[in-house]
Amino acid sequence: MSNMVMSAGDVRRAITRIAHEILERQQGPAQLAIVGLQRGGAWLADAIAAAIRHIEPTTNVPLGYLDVSMHRDDIGLRPVVPGAISRINFPVDGATVVLVDDVLYTGRTVRAAMEGLNTYGRPRAIQLAVLVDRGHRELPIRPDYVGKNLPTNLVDDVRVASEGVVVTRDGTT
Amino acid sequence: MKHLRSIDELGHDGVVRLLELTTHMVEINSRPVPKVPALRGRTVASLFFEDSTRTRLSFETAAKRLSADTMTFSVSTSSVNKGESLRDTVETITDMGVDAFVVRHKSTGIPWQISDWTDACVVNAGDGWHQHPTQALVDCFTVRQALGRDRFDGLTLTIVGDIKHSRVARSNISAFSMLGANVVLVAPPTLLPPDVSHWPVEVSHRLDEVLHRTDILYMLRLQSERMSQGHVPNLREYAEAFGLDARRVGMLPSGAVLMHPGPMNRGVEMLIDPSTLTNSLIHQQVSNGVSVRMAVLFDLLAGESSASHLSQEAS
Repeated sequence: MSNMVMSAGDVRRAITRIAHEILERQQGPAQLAIVGLQRGGAWLADAIAAAIRHIEPTTNVPLGYLDVSMHRDDIGLRPVVPGAISRINFPVDGATVVLVDDVLYTGRTVRAAMEGLNTYGRPRAIQLAVLVDRGHRELPIRPDYVGKNLPTNLVDDVRVASEGVVVTRDGTT
Repeated sequence: MKHLRSIDELGHDGVVRLLELTTHMVEINSRPVPKVPALRGRTVASLFFEDSTRTRLSFETAAKRLSADTMTFSVSTSSVNKGESLRDTVETITDMGVDAFVVRHKSTGIPWQISDWTDACVVNAGDGWHQHPTQALVDCFTVRQALGRDRFDGLTLTIVGDIKHSRVARSNISAFSMLGANVVLVAPPTLLPPDVSHWPVEVSHRLDEVLHRTDILYMLRLQSERMSQGHVPNLREYAEAFGLDARRVGMLPSGAVLMHPGPMNRGVEMLIDPSTLTNSLIHQQVSNGVSVRMAVLFDLLAGESSASHLSQEAS
């Protein structure tokens, strides 16, 4: 059984709202940067960065991508995705870095991402933006910006794309 | 992948997978803190029965950048001097708990033999004249990076020098032909194996005749002891016929690149200073060595093929 829980329009509006919230929250002179987690968070980071530039065209918001596969605690259980390479070409030291991912679930990817980010430098602050928070956290991690809170069962499959968010139960489509 | 003993054993898909993984490692090595926890808790033992600078150091650096522990076995200070056999040495180290052996030995086939005596992964870091798979991966990756292409179709690799005694040549012939390159061997007949008809190569004895159609010129080291063994009459004559000088560099097509596995014999196969050449990839070969060996260790110890043992742990 598949259920579309967010339409393309819902996704677009959530991205715009998150962009506004990120700008609203930023205080002081710290550099703001957006880092998408490979791969699901990459397009979302692109979209949020584009929305921020649209809202405040004079703001310079560097954009990067982080592959956390080498920092995971379940290494070897997931294949390293070819081509999904980290790319952070700006100084992380002192910046406020917003990590972006499509789905927040156990929190393990975010933990790995925070550790991975530290190999690039010491950010002033790390924040977390996700399009969907589906619960079932296994670590003390909470998002700063959420597109939609979505209570799910452990067995549910959550698919996120710019065209919408689909939840599938029992593995059928 | 359980072991990396030869390029043929790795196969085309394995070569492509490791080259792809190397791009991730290159990025890690460019970070301010080039270290990731991927292999925390794993131990890599290097077992070098032959001298080596860059291979041993690059394997150790690779293991450390992935947070593995390293054990270095140096023959001169070990119980080998008390007559301990290779098998006893391997079993002793295995009992201490290692996950991978990196082995270099002067005899062909030792890595295969060692893999019969241990449950750990075995990486061949050079066995006799036979194979040196990580060097071939380094060379393929360096060409891929320099020319910006994944496949080598239409490219000609010319390997010059002591092919007969070269494990680097054997591994590179396999790896570059898997990726589509044509391979030409240039050497005096005394420095070629007796029969190369089953190799995917073309053979020439005159360097000047093949330079104009060479895209990748690969100079091998001529070990000076080859002269006393009667393989070459004298080093000056060898240099004349097979050494790389400014005239020969000028005969290469524009865009051709120069490689050498090191250590270089200046004045023998290398009559010019390669650092003055813009198309030399020799420095990249060394710097990519660490990234490629990180990819190999990661694939062996944490890649998809090792996942079965992890998921058992997790469940």
